[in-house]
Amino acid sequence: MPMVMLRENAAGDMTLYVAKKDLEDVVTSIEFDQPDKWGGTITIGDGTSFYIDPLDCPPKLPVSLRARRG
Amino acid sequence: MSTMTTEQTEALIQEVLEVYPEKAKKDRAKHLAANDPTLEQSNKCITSNKKSLPGVMTIRGCAYAGSKGVVWGPIKDMIHISHGPVGCGQYSRAGRRNYYVGTTGVNTFGTMNFTSDFQEKDIVFGGDKKLDKLISEIDTLFPLNKGISVQSECPIGLIGDDIEAVSKRKSKEIDKPVVPVRCEGFRGVSQSLGHHIANDTIRDWVLPTRDNDNSFQTTPYDVSIIGDYNIGGDAWSSRILLEEMGLRVVSQWSGDGTLSEMELTPKVKLNLLHCYRSMNYISRHMEEKYGIPWVEYNFFGPTKIAESLRKIASYFDDSIKEGAERVIAKYNAEMEPIIAKFRPRLEGKRVMLYVGGLRPRHTIGAYEDLGMEVVGAGYEFGHNDDYDRTIKEMGNATLLYDDVTGYEFEEFVKAVKPDLIGSGIKEKYIFQKMGIPFRQMHSWDYSGPYHGYDGFAIFARDMDMTLNNPCWGKLIAPWKATGSEAAAKAA
Repeated sequence: MPMVMLRENAAGDMTLYVAKKDLEDVVTSIEFDQPDKWGGTITIGDGTSFYIDPLDCPPKLPVSLRARRG
Repeated sequence: MSTMTTEQTEALIQEVLEVYPEKAKKDRAKHLAANDPTLEQSNKCITSNKKSLPGVMTIRGCAYAGSKGVVWGPIKDMIHISHGPVGCGQYSRAGRRNYYVGTTGVNTFGTMNFTSDFQEKDIVFGGDKKLDKLISEIDTLFPLNKGISVQSECPIGLIGDDIEAVSKRKSKEIDKPVVPVRCEGFRGVSQSLGHHIANDTIRDWVLPTRDNDNSFQTTPYDVSIIGDYNIGGDAWSSRILLEEMGLRVVSQWSGDGTLSEMELTPKVKLNLLHCYRSMNYISRHMEEKYGIPWVEYNFFGPTKIAESLRKIASYFDDSIKEGAERVIAKYNAEMEPIIAKFRPRLEGKRVMLYVGGLRPRHTIGAYEDLGMEVVGAGYEFGHNDDYDRTIKEMGNATLLYDDVTGYEFEEFVKAVKPDLIGSGIKEKYIFQKMGIPFRQMHSWDYSGPYHGYDGFAIFARDMDMTLNNPCWGKLIAPWKATGSEAAAKAA
């Protein structure tokens, strides 16, 4: 259950950062990306995926969330 | 030797690795690479932030060094207790040359060493009582201290002292912040984890203290300098540029910084991050909690400074942008004679760097301004993201080495034959005896500042002074010189 931080990089893409693992990469896909449901399986550039319990609305970035291995 | 191709560099790495046993060779091979600037991500070519191999010589430090020596230590109006045996604090005392203004021992304590001096009985019976007494003594003897931090050394974690409980109790008693920092040296693989731990304690114990206090008068131009440790006055020569372009520098982290400056940092509009490695954690936290954006900048060499000033100004309105242009124009005129003087003396010289933090990539621009080329760079304790940023700055097929061992570094130098090496004090005399000019780039070889335009003038002079020192031509005794060397000398 790592804490992951989602933020926008200078280019405006959403990135996912795991401090403990030194991992920061662009988010390539989000399972649910709707105004009323956001989260689920998130895949990043290097192929790793994380599961975030779906939220009721898209979060305001940057935000730290609990994630599971997806 | 002219520039190497990727094949030559890789062959050199293989040749150097030859002496290792199979397992060590496999491990070390991952930490050495030929640079490929087309790569976006460094983890395809180099592994970093891994435990050093037993039996090879590494120049890494420990978590205590990262916390006490780098992040907390320079905060001048706090007292940092090296909690544990006396050596860790004493042998690192004042070595980093974090300059500050103040009267040492009265209202500032930067170069002093406070330690609980653990003895056998403290290990056996626990050191909490001693810490309790020590904090009371400190507050009696140095009443102008603004707070105390307890920097744990290895034994504290091993014997399981509860420094958090003591700190909380004493904090109430003396009515000042007492911050327990769990930075025992055995944690992590290098000082890098110490930076992270120190950042986390600042996040938990310092930043929230003024969350509901809006008495501080802010302006739209408030910034803070994060990750500048004021080595030889670096932060001062950076600060004047920012102030000249119209920004107000609220705080300096942590060179010449104070506790109240740090507490006020959440009120600023933009965090300027110089040392990404040691302070990105707190910048990310402030971005999330307080919505303060952060921007990385580089104040080494006129080209990079101009680039950085424009980047910083882009976060503000037109008056700041004009201010940036004004500053760049003013100082570029001052820099021209300096470059004209030193560039011809340094043109085409090749440099190898092996330092920590931000320098392997940040100083490249300054060397290029002097017409020099960086042909090898490596970090003591860098992570993936540091190498991500480095591969773009370095030329194709140049050497990258992570946590390089003493043996490897010497062999690389023998093969690449650089004109100048920049690394630490432990390497300095080896390479000088090999006849290669050397700068100790951890504390600027007791010179500095190197940041900012004023710093660049000193940087250029120092590089010239080292490289063109007449001593390098006198390494061979006259009676041992062969005919051609004697002829060269006469000419």
